[in-house]
Amino acid sequence: MNLIWVPLLPLLGCLVSLLLGRYPRSTMALGAAILPAIALGIVVSLAPEVMSGSNPVVTYDWVPALSLQISFMLDGLALMFTLLILGIGLLVILYARYYLSEADNAGRFYASLLLFMTAMLGVVLSANLIQLWFFWELTSVSSFMLISYWSHRSDARKGARMAMTITGAGGLALLAGLILIGEVVGSYDLRTVLASGSLIAEHSLYPVIVVLVLLGAFTKSAQFPFHSWLPQAMAAPTPVSSYLHSATMVKAGIFLMARFYPVLSDTHLWFALVSLVGLTTLLVGAYTALFKHDLKGLLAYSTISHLGLITLLLGLDTELASIAAMFHVINHAVFKASLFMAAGIIDHESGSRDMRKLNGLFRYMPYTATLAMVAASSMAGVPLLNGFLSKEMLFAESLHQETFGSLSWLIPLLVTVGGALAVAYSLRFVHDVFFNGEPIGLEKTPHEPPRYMRVPVEILVVLCLLVGVLPDLIVGDLLVAVGASLMPAGVPEFSISIWHGFNIPLLMSFLAVLGGVALYRQRRHMFNFQARFTEVDPKLAFEHMIQTLVERARSVQLWLDNGSFQRYALWLLLMAIAAMSVPMVNIPHARGSLEVTELDMVALGGALLMIVASVATAMLSHQRLLALVTISVVGLVVSVAFAWFSAPDLALTQLSVEVATIILFLLALYFLPQKVSLNHLSPGRIVRDMGIATAAGAIVGTLTYAMLTRPFDSISSFFTENAKTGGGGTNVVNVILVDFRGFDTFGEITVLAIASLGIYKLLAGVRLFVPAADMDGRPWSKDSHPLMLMQISQSLLPLALLVSAYIFLRGHNLPGGGFIAGLITAIALIQQYVANGVVWMRDRGDLKFQWFIVWGLFIAFASGVGSWLFERPFLTSWFDYFYLPLVGKFELASAMAFDLGVYLTVIGATLSILANLGKLTTTDRPTRPGRRS
Amino acid sequence: MLSNVIMICTGMIGLAMLFCLWRLIKGPDITDRILALDTLYINSIALIILLGLYYGTALYFEGALLIAMLGFVSTSAVAKYLLRGDIIE
Repeated sequence: MNLIWVPLLPLLGCLVSLLLGRYPRSTMALGAAILPAIALGIVVSLAPEVMSGSNPVVTYDWVPALSLQISFMLDGLALMFTLLILGIGLLVILYARYYLSEADNAGRFYASLLLFMTAMLGVVLSANLIQLWFFWELTSVSSFMLISYWSHRSDARKGARMAMTITGAGGLALLAGLILIGEVVGSYDLRTVLASGSLIAEHSLYPVIVVLVLLGAFTKSAQFPFHSWLPQAMAAPTPVSSYLHSATMVKAGIFLMARFYPVLSDTHLWFALVSLVGLTTLLVGAYTALFKHDLKGLLAYSTISHLGLITLLLGLDTELASIAAMFHVINHAVFKASLFMAAGIIDHESGSRDMRKLNGLFRYMPYTATLAMVAASSMAGVPLLNGFLSKEMLFAESLHQETFGSLSWLIPLLVTVGGALAVAYSLRFVHDVFFNGEPIGLEKTPHEPPRYMRVPVEILVVLCLLVGVLPDLIVGDLLVAVGASLMPAGVPEFSISIWHGFNIPLLMSFLAVLGGVALYRQRRHMFNFQARFTEVDPKLAFEHMIQTLVERARSVQLWLDNGSFQRYALWLLLMAIAAMSVPMVNIPHARGSLEVTELDMVALGGALLMIVASVATAMLSHQRLLALVTISVVGLVVSVAFAWFSAPDLALTQLSVEVATIILFLLALYFLPQKVSLNHLSPGRIVRDMGIATAAGAIVGTLTYAMLTRPFDSISSFFTENAKTGGGGTNVVNVILVDFRGFDTFGEITVLAIASLGIYKLLAGVRLFVPAADMDGRPWSKDSHPLMLMQISQSLLPLALLVSAYIFLRGHNLPGGGFIAGLITAIALIQQYVANGVVWMRDRGDLKFQWFIVWGLFIAFASGVGSWLFERPFLTSWFDYFYLPLVGKFELASAMAFDLGVYLTVIGATLSILANLGKLTTTDRPTRPGRRS
Repeated sequence: MLSNVIMICTGMIGLAMLFCLWRLIKGPDITDRILALDTLYINSIALIILLGLYYGTALYFEGALLIAMLGFVSTSAVAKYLLRGDIIE
């Protein structure tokens, strides 16, 4: 079977679980389990191939242009993790069947669990770096859903948020690291990367890469100092904990280190960093675990400690350390999953997880107690169990490493201390829960769980024993295959056996057990000492940190963006000045090679007009109506200038936009203060603003002069040559708008439509202050609609509509087109609103502006889609010439339909903005649905 | 001959526009300024027509037409603003 099905089947199972949401619990569990079980079958069937040294690979092209692939590979390392993920996952599915209560939504639980399983499988099987990262992030997201499964509980939400933030931040670092690896190696393909040998380690970016990748691994694997999220994630349902914290989530970080072990590890930096972090985590975790009264809390810190142990092994520069690390990954997954499940059973059947209440449970649940005791002994490292073997290997490896030079002897010592602490907390787990008197104040009498709830624990405990007694038989071949992934150069000979004779590692084990028992006996003193620390709740500390961060970010944002338009303009201008001035300093002369056209009097007069009006606008800006009049002069002169310099299309557009803008300003001005005092401005600010304005003007002026005096080869000649033959029109501007760049225009009218709807939404329900007198305090005229204005405006309307129809129709060949025509129509209609009033307009047919917009967009879209019928790309235009009697020869072009869409959208959007702003003072104002204004 | 006439007319219209500008800046009242703006619109119609005559093309005619039509709209809107404040009611 194809490898792609391994991650795909659990993903399909995710859907199955959601579909089975209403069926009985057992059906649902079966439905959820069936597809991962098939996936496990596929993996097992592929295992012999992997063991014999060939790695099955599947690759599909995804986006070939970006050399993105979907690619999966099953090598020894992936095989081991896949077996753990699927095997323990199936046991968790069975276990959760009995754990979840009737009130819990089991469909959602299984769906999230299987999504998470898919993500983990994706991480371990990915043969592409970016794809690996994608699944890595998916584990963060799906574990968030699992941890916050009981979303009504605040600690679940907080814990999930914390896990997501910390592992997500690490994920970003990892992405940077993976991209650097990809750049250094020149390929994102994992096999190429792994085959690159010492290329990365010898690159100058190596330290950055190592730190970034390790940040990802350490956050995920809860290494000190990023470990605080793991105990908080215990708010999840216990099946989740037993899955996430044994075989999967936290092991993803270990997997990452193992995955890049061949190319990243063989340096001093790696060994120092990894072993130091691992050792610290091992000790901090084991020490803290001892003081946790919560059963799951103890297991959580023990998990941290064991993850530290594995990390430490990956950071020891001895031959077999990495093999030992992988061996411990298996062992820890097996005994920790069973312990979490046992803790869940105890919680489920006795109603408490507090070890101060739970005592003497052996009498109530002897069978579960025996299972838990075997698993706990494995955690402590008792001989004949799997935990003993890997711990013994750690002791052995710690003896002949030279990681810290002459200080290296500290490692075996500290590792033995860690071992003793592990014995002490395991002893506490066993003694406090199952013996040590009678239960105190439990809500219900503890009893054995349902038969099948215990099955997963039994299977795992049997595995502990089997691996412990017959290690070579059970996992020997698998470890050799894993070793081949970690050490491509060749795996050293090794054999795992339970008896190596009397040697120093055995002595260390003996000392650890002895020390552990002594520590546990003297725990009262340690508890007393520990009580002198003020305990900080990591949740609160984390929330505090996040809130501080948000506050800082907000204050920076307020400094940059305080909501004032002047501030935006300031930043924009400063940035523009900075961006433009540097390259312009490098241009030696502003004047280019082109001849300067001679100055004529009309141009000079126009320039004078424009300059004086601009200066007047700036000086009168505090008297707003006057400023509006002077800025209108600027707009008029610009329009005439466009005509003067042979751009009639631009002149027409500029004119109509100018008028629409004046009306918009007047409408808004009514609600604004008419005069603004300038007294509050400090002289410093005036000088600063004048300086910035002058600098911006000088730079833009020079830039324009430099541009105009240089020969400039643009693509416009292409448009000029092809407008008639390719677009069927002689007006190049219009052909560009509706044909060559039709897609841009379509985007623009869509934006226009969205903007006008947004403005409508903003206006809805707004009530503004209405001034009762003009700026000089004179009352308003009584005559709201002067008769003369009404008459002239009404007679203007048919004329304006005729002109706009004319401009629209000839637009394809001569200046004009849908945009200008739309503006003219809209302005003519607005004039009717101004002259005759809203009520008068409503009586003569209520214009629904949004229908103009909708139809306009629809027609434009349909004219684009129409070309699909002729198997041409979107918006391919068509045109032909026809003859009709009386009319003569005329042209029909599909671009005309598109232009009609533009025309309607422009009318709708302009009217919707201007008329609705005008209606604010009337009873026809835009309202919010369900609210009366 | 015609081109000379057009030249002279253009100069006169330009002069008229500068006078309008003078009135626009000096005021003294807002109504003076609005009238100055409206006259500027009318003058620019003349300017554009003259330009079309000079080049012998009808291309500029629509520009003049639009100024004639829309210039009225903006002037009347400002006038309505002076009268009532609220231009659409």
